Amino acid sequence: MPVISRGFRGRRGEGPSDRIPPGQHRVDDFPVLSAGPTPHTPLEQWTFTIESGAEPVTWTWDEFRALPREEVTVDIHCVTKWSKLDTVWEGVSLDTLLGHVEHDASYLVAFCDGGYTTNLPLEHVTDGKAWVAYGYDGEPLEPEHGGPARLLVPHLYFWKSAKWIRGFRLQDEDEPGFWESNGYHLLGDPWQEQRYWGD
Amino acid sequence: MPTWRRGGFAATPSKPGLEELTAAGNEPMHAASAPLTRLLWLVTEVTGTVEETPRVRTLLLDAHGWPGHRPGQHLDVRLTAEDGYQAERSYSIASAPGEQLAITVERLANGEVSPYLVDEAREGDGFEVRGPIGGYFVWEDDGRPLFLVGGGSGVVPLMAMIRSASGPTPIRLLYSSRTRDDVIYREELDARAGEGLKVFHTLTRAQPPGWTGYARRIDAELLREVAFPAAERPHVFVCGSTRFVDAAADGLVTLGYEPESIKTERFGATGG
Repeated sequence: MPVISRGFRGRRGEGPSDRIPPGQHRVDDFPVLSAGPTPHTPLEQWTFTIESGAEPVTWTWDEFRALPREEVTVDIHCVTKWSKLDTVWEGVSLDTLLGHVEHDASYLVAFCDGGYTTNLPLEHVTDGKAWVAYGYDGEPLEPEHGGPARLLVPHLYFWKSAKWIRGFRLQDEDEPGFWESNGYHLLGDPWQEQRYWGD
Repeated sequence: MPTWRRGGFAATPSKPGLEELTAAGNEPMHAASAPLTRLLWLVTEVTGTVEETPRVRTLLLDAHGWPGHRPGQHLDVRLTAEDGYQAERSYSIASAPGEQLAITVERLANGEVSPYLVDEAREGDGFEVRGPIGGYFVWEDDGRPLFLVGGGSGVVPLMAMIRSASGPTPIRLLYSSRTRDDVIYREELDARAGEGLKVFHTLTRAQPPGWTGYARRIDAELLREVAFPAAERPHVFVCGSTRFVDAAADGLVTLGYEPESIKTERFGATGG
């Protein structure tokens, strides 16, 4: 039985309950979270690489922008408790990217400018569940929000949507990334409230 | 060019800072010993309050079963209304390990939880907390200089570090507030300042008569005057609003600090 906080009424009706996971609340702005300075990689130096058992596959920025693009409208949920509804992104589906490599891996580790990494089971990023996004709300993605390109995995807590992504490595075994090694859950399903180790 | 390999970020010899990140960021010991038990919600009683500024209050907490924490970590607060409605937010821990647990909360306009904690909660009231949370924005005293840069209530986790310091490690705090009345922990910082701790205030909106501190937003020149030389390889923690953190972090990079040596935390992200 939780403790009743005397005099607390709270703010109600913040959003449809079937779209706001437990412990979350709706915001209308777009808060920024990151562990270090914002990297600024020039687009002419930017590449995106998939590493697997075979030769790595690499795209330049122009090549990457020439890949088939999708626009998606999704809800996003940050582990720091905010959720933002109906965000509009443009980018390349991971289904498209993974179509360029032959592999039998089960996991990926995304790597980013600034040294950030995050891990994901492939079943959570295939079949229309994840993108590498370079557009937000009709504009190029701002550096503070992860531009030029970030991972977008909206059904998991937003730290999985790694900013400043430069590629990912396919592997057979799961391997904790940056926040996953620093107290946060290995998977991070907001509907299961998988915030921290042991949740 | 850095390369990536299984297990983390491989450094090239020209970028020693990256090696540090591998050591500090991956924390394989912690990952390997991840507790499999859930962080539990703990029944918590407010045992006292301190009005820090007109908008900021410290709550002293008795959280039954609190497992302890490291300086820089935060905790989650959960409030429950009489009809069962609940709201959760995260707050930085202000107290040093071993002291009575304390959080310092700023009232956010249109906030849901912070107005309750700043204006309503009083001694004897109860809610729940769970934690400690976060293994990255954490200071381990290894003797290297400690440079802290805080904006507004971003000073809170930095204060936990200052309160934890016991040895000869040199510490500098650069602390940006709007006005003198907005300076959190002002008297305690005055009292603690001395040989080991140097405190540099900047007041960005208004300054009292005779003010001798800085009077502008943080920029590269101000950082150059205050920060330890990059060659001394200080630990750096920056906490504040997004704009503040970006200005401080970008300024330190231009001074030659390795980006990987700068740990940042941005508040205002939990929406009150």
